[in-house]
Amino acid sequence: MSGLNLLGLIVVLIFFGLMIAIAILVRRRESPKLREIPAFKRLDRAIGLAVEAGSRLHVSLGRGQMLSRQSAIGFVGLSILDRIGRSTSISDRPPIATSGEGILGILSQDSQRVTARYLGVESDPNRGRITGLTPLSYAAGTLSFVKEEEIGANLLIGSFGNEVALITDAAERKEGMTLGGTDNLTGQAVLFATAQEPLIGEESYAGGAYLGAGRMHTASLYVQDIIRWVLIGLIVLGSLLKLFGVL
Amino acid sequence: MKNPVYPAVAIAVGAVVLLGYFLQIDLLVNVRIALLEWGTVLVGVALLVGVINLLNVHLNKVLSDDNPNRYNSIALLSGLILTLVIVGWFKPTHPVSVWIFNYIQIPIEASLVALLSIILIYAGVRLLRRKPNLLTIIFIATVVIILLVSGPLFGIEITGLSALRIWIGKVPAVAGARGILLGISLGIITAGLRILMGADRPYGEN
Repeated sequence: MSGLNLLGLIVVLIFFGLMIAIAILVRRRESPKLREIPAFKRLDRAIGLAVEAGSRLHVSLGRGQMLSRQSAIGFVGLSILDRIGRSTSISDRPPIATSGEGILGILSQDSQRVTARYLGVESDPNRGRITGLTPLSYAAGTLSFVKEEEIGANLLIGSFGNEVALITDAAERKEGMTLGGTDNLTGQAVLFATAQEPLIGEESYAGGAYLGAGRMHTASLYVQDIIRWVLIGLIVLGSLLKLFGVL
Repeated sequence: MKNPVYPAVAIAVGAVVLLGYFLQIDLLVNVRIALLEWGTVLVGVALLVGVINLLNVHLNKVLSDDNPNRYNSIALLSGLILTLVIVGWFKPTHPVSVWIFNYIQIPIEASLVALLSIILIYAGVRLLRRKPNLLTIIFIATVVIILLVSGPLFGIEITGLSALRIWIGKVPAVAGARGILLGISLGIITAGLRILMGADRPYGEN
């Protein structure tokens, strides 16, 4: 085993150990404290308003390939879809999911079916739609859907490129709230400019914790914060050592 | 009662693939490769399911009586059937099939990209109105500087602007991108581990 592989395995094991330890600590606490992310505060309000107004919530899962690193953000989107499905259980208009990849589409239908069974209501497979299989066709299909349906809030959590601007623009014209997070750098810059509530960097992966998806989500958020500070410390230390000619 | 089979299979497959990546043990590596090959086949099947789902979405729109936009779907379905017939008859590399790609598909996508650039300019202006803060000003100023240097400005050269663009590209942009990418990497690791532990189950029973 090479040194890099060993280091990688050690990093994964550190993450694993910290997540389990913090999840146990979190269970003992009544309400774990999370730093405030305005986007999720506004999302909470948007869910309530959508239920009251009888409008739908739209979760766009992007077009991330499931056999690549893009799958992680897709899974986060699916978690959020599940939580929102449960939060809007008293609404007569359950959320709709759109995606631009086959497996994501199947998983979104499956997630909605499980949520419907949990709530004891009938499941409709048309609530998990694949709107296009290339970046631009996906955006074009989704924007026509955003225009046709009465949507209170649009959550764009998945892998998007600059084509996401077409979707956010359509949502803005319909005066619906837009919250967006992606794992793509170009997509993040576009979402910063076009979405009402953009999520930057690791914030995109924090949705589950803020929507109460379980203590492991909360624990993983704490672990991300801890490791981030460790990385910041290492980068600063490395820079200082380089500055003083040690490295 | 929750079905324990789905999470057990998912966790076992995830663990084998992860360990096969780090530990170069022949058995693990071979099993990992086989599992990934199965995954690739499944992705192909899912693509086919995606196409069928897409057809179903548009077919439902066409058949719906109260949908004023049903003609969009009729046009799309007609185009798809025509393309399938022509490409199926002439084969994908025949000039007629290539003509469809070059003179229908590419112009449509190009017009969407053109529309995208207008939307992005409009979004930039709207951003200043919606969030008039320091971050927005820095964002817009950076965009303007990069655009000014990237495009020909009637042959006019503004002193120092090119150097400023190079500095932005090399220092703050790279630093910011690295910060964001580090955050994304942390998010990917924790999201993956949650699935590996069975805490997140985007499949079957929750």
